[in-house]
Amino acid sequence: MKELLSVQQVSFTYPTEDQSSTRRAVNDVSFTINDGEWIAIVGHNGSGKSTLAKLMIGLLFPDEGNIHLFLEKMTDENIWKMRSEMGIVFQNPDNQFVGSTVQDDVAFALENKGVPFEEMVKVVHESLELVNMEGFLNHEPHHLSGGQKQRVAIAGALALKPKLLILDEATSMLDPQGREEVIRIVSELKETTNLTVISITHDLEEARLADRIIVMNEGKVLDIGTPKEVFTKKNTLSSIGLDIPYAMNLSNLIRQKGLDLVGEHMTEEELVNELWTSHFNK
Amino acid sequence: MDISLQQVGYLYGKDTPFEKRALQEVDVTIESGSYTAIIGHTGSGKSTLLMHLNGLLRPSEGVVKVGDLEIHRKTKAKALRSIRRRVGIVFQFPEHQLFEETVLKDIMFGPINFGVEEDVAEKRAYELISLLGLPKEVAHKSPFDLSGGQMRRVAIAGVLAFNPSILVLDEPTAGLDPRGRHEIMELFQVLHEKENLTTILVTHSMDDAAKYADQVVVMHDGTSVMHGTPEEVFSDEEKLQSYRLGLPKTVKFQQDIEKLIGRTLPGLALTEEQLAEMIVAAVEEDPSC
Amino acid sequence: MLEKMIFGRFIPGQSFIHRLDPRSKLLFVMLFVFAVFLANNVQTYALLLAFTLLVIVASRIRLYFLLNGLKPILFLIIFTFFMHLFFNREGALLVDWKVIKIYEEGIRQGIFISLRFLVLVLVTSILTLTTSPISITDGMEDLLGPFKRFKLPVHELALMMSISLRFIPTLMDETDKILKAQLARGSDISSGTIKERVNAVIPLLVPLFVSAFKRAEDLAVAMEVRGYRGGEGRTRYRQLKWDFRDTIAMLVLVILVVTLYFWRG
Repeated sequence: MKELLSVQQVSFTYPTEDQSSTRRAVNDVSFTINDGEWIAIVGHNGSGKSTLAKLMIGLLFPDEGNIHLFLEKMTDENIWKMRSEMGIVFQNPDNQFVGSTVQDDVAFALENKGVPFEEMVKVVHESLELVNMEGFLNHEPHHLSGGQKQRVAIAGALALKPKLLILDEATSMLDPQGREEVIRIVSELKETTNLTVISITHDLEEARLADRIIVMNEGKVLDIGTPKEVFTKKNTLSSIGLDIPYAMNLSNLIRQKGLDLVGEHMTEEELVNELWTSHFNK
Repeated sequence: MDISLQQVGYLYGKDTPFEKRALQEVDVTIESGSYTAIIGHTGSGKSTLLMHLNGLLRPSEGVVKVGDLEIHRKTKAKALRSIRRRVGIVFQFPEHQLFEETVLKDIMFGPINFGVEEDVAEKRAYELISLLGLPKEVAHKSPFDLSGGQMRRVAIAGVLAFNPSILVLDEPTAGLDPRGRHEIMELFQVLHEKENLTTILVTHSMDDAAKYADQVVVMHDGTSVMHGTPEEVFSDEEKLQSYRLGLPKTVKFQQDIEKLIGRTLPGLALTEEQLAEMIVAAVEEDPSC
Repeated sequence: MLEKMIFGRFIPGQSFIHRLDPRSKLLFVMLFVFAVFLANNVQTYALLLAFTLLVIVASRIRLYFLLNGLKPILFLIIFTFFMHLFFNREGALLVDWKVIKIYEEGIRQGIFISLRFLVLVLVTSILTLTTSPISITDGMEDLLGPFKRFKLPVHELALMMSISLRFIPTLMDETDKILKAQLARGSDISSGTIKERVNAVIPLLVPLFVSAFKRAEDLAVAMEVRGYRGGEGRTRYRQLKWDFRDTIAMLVLVILVVTLYFWRG
């Protein structure tokens, strides 16, 4: 497996005038992300996960520690080049729509890079096809739903064909339908391209789809592992106020009521299956 | 206080080339003291409906009754104010309405507008600060120095401050993390009982509707299409699907279990607790075990 | 009321005028303003009026809609006419009835000046009605291009303009939401003394500013991560294309100017 991004002992404190309340927003965080992985970073508001996103995309630089992309250290000098290897989609669908129409917005990064016109037209169409928005070329943002705007934002972030896509709470302001649209598109993209995805989220259904989950709390990494590993360590998530997937919660409740269950259940299906095989169908 | 809509219709941009119908023939009665969830797909008309509950919009057709007060097409602005005092609305992202220098002043904004004595309003504001679980010191802080979750609580206090008897909540948990969501929903449950409120929750979350409401109204294409207890509404999956709505996770899971064991469990579980109990009971009395 | 006002609005369409390059439309309007001042007798004014009607027909915008939307301005035009009618004291005295004295020149000038006003308003309205604000911005950026040499930040101005245009509907929505939330809290903007009304705007303005600043911050970040570092080395996705029909439009205008020049008295 090839290393794509590594975060090494990174700490960051927001500068404030008030010296007494300096708390490290990110505190001694280390992890490595491999090419083609889907990583979910979870944590409640204020856990440092959004600061971490800003550090990864070079909007902030660590006070201590280093971040490497493709084994190259991210610095002030090479940051513009590095950024063209990454795409990021933020939380608020309205505030990241720069262009006046869908196609203009997708072209924005291409214009900045000085891509010739004919090439741009091609890439804009391709990118919009990836997110199933090719029928909306000339739509203005205020005529789109939240989910559609976020899909356009994904197309815009992918226009320069980056290796890494960061979703910084990209679904948290959407209605259930919009959330589902965005998650489905990202899953499809993972299938068709070898994109590496980091999704920062507190939606457990979204985190469940990841290869690995990084749990953040008070600026520190609390846990890293596959969804199953993370969710089954019982008290970790609930102790910091995060949900666990519905099926796991239910199976815990059933246990509490005195019924013996053997396995751990990430999905509703798994739970139904165990109930069937070991209790109803004996 | 009862609130009822009779044959309510609403047109946006009436008599212009952009005229668009948002509501038609809506008939809903919400009983005093109930906790009613209004659910519907985006664009089903639930937001337009919500603005009729306190006269932010006047119906183009029909009438809205709040207790003994009525709103129809020609109701005067003055009369609407006394209706607004009865019906408090917590809008989506209510923290966007904060503007005063201090939290205390912001909470007192509503009551002062409605002519409440200043010392009475202040007393109520302090009461709400503690009722909503905010630290006492925030009273004299700027609302813009608080955390997102705290700002939302202050905004909610600003609505409760004028003692409305009906509280309308529009997606009150939007944008919060799981803990914040849970806390806010539990808080409304407490307020519903403590303040003797009639609560109306407009939500996308079937889970919240099932868990908290005792009545559910379904909106579709600008009209009210279902109204009943959560058990009644959520047991008709086919109908809900035709309105592009899903089932609460709990109900869905119960169905899966029922399909598997080939018989129905008694009743419809609306919370995970209930469902867990039902499953355990079903296993214990299962003849095949 | 505002819904009927058409000044500054855009009506999408596919007419000859709609499809013109924004640059040719801008040049056209500028030259037309100049041409209008050439007219000084019956033939030239008649020609101007006929030409304006031709432009309206070519834009396929309904005359009724146009006039209806320009009502507030029509009032001004009629007012201008009467000012000239009553206060111009040149030429032969035509009507002398009590205090009202109307002279020949008064009628002549009244008609001419209000006609001039009318054709100017009509032609500029056609420009804004058939060109999206963003195209106008593109056209201006291009036409002002040569001024970059004199340190005029043309690209930045155009970007600022296009982003403002893009956010107008968003901010309108936001204003409406905040207004509703404050109304629900008993705020009352439509009654009371002037001082009370001014105070009632504060609960609307403060949240609006707070959110606009937040949006601006977010937008700046979103632009930075997509590699925006100013106008240098950028290419343009919105291409302007000078077509055969633009040349025709320009030629027609030149013919108009020349004819006006020879016909004027």
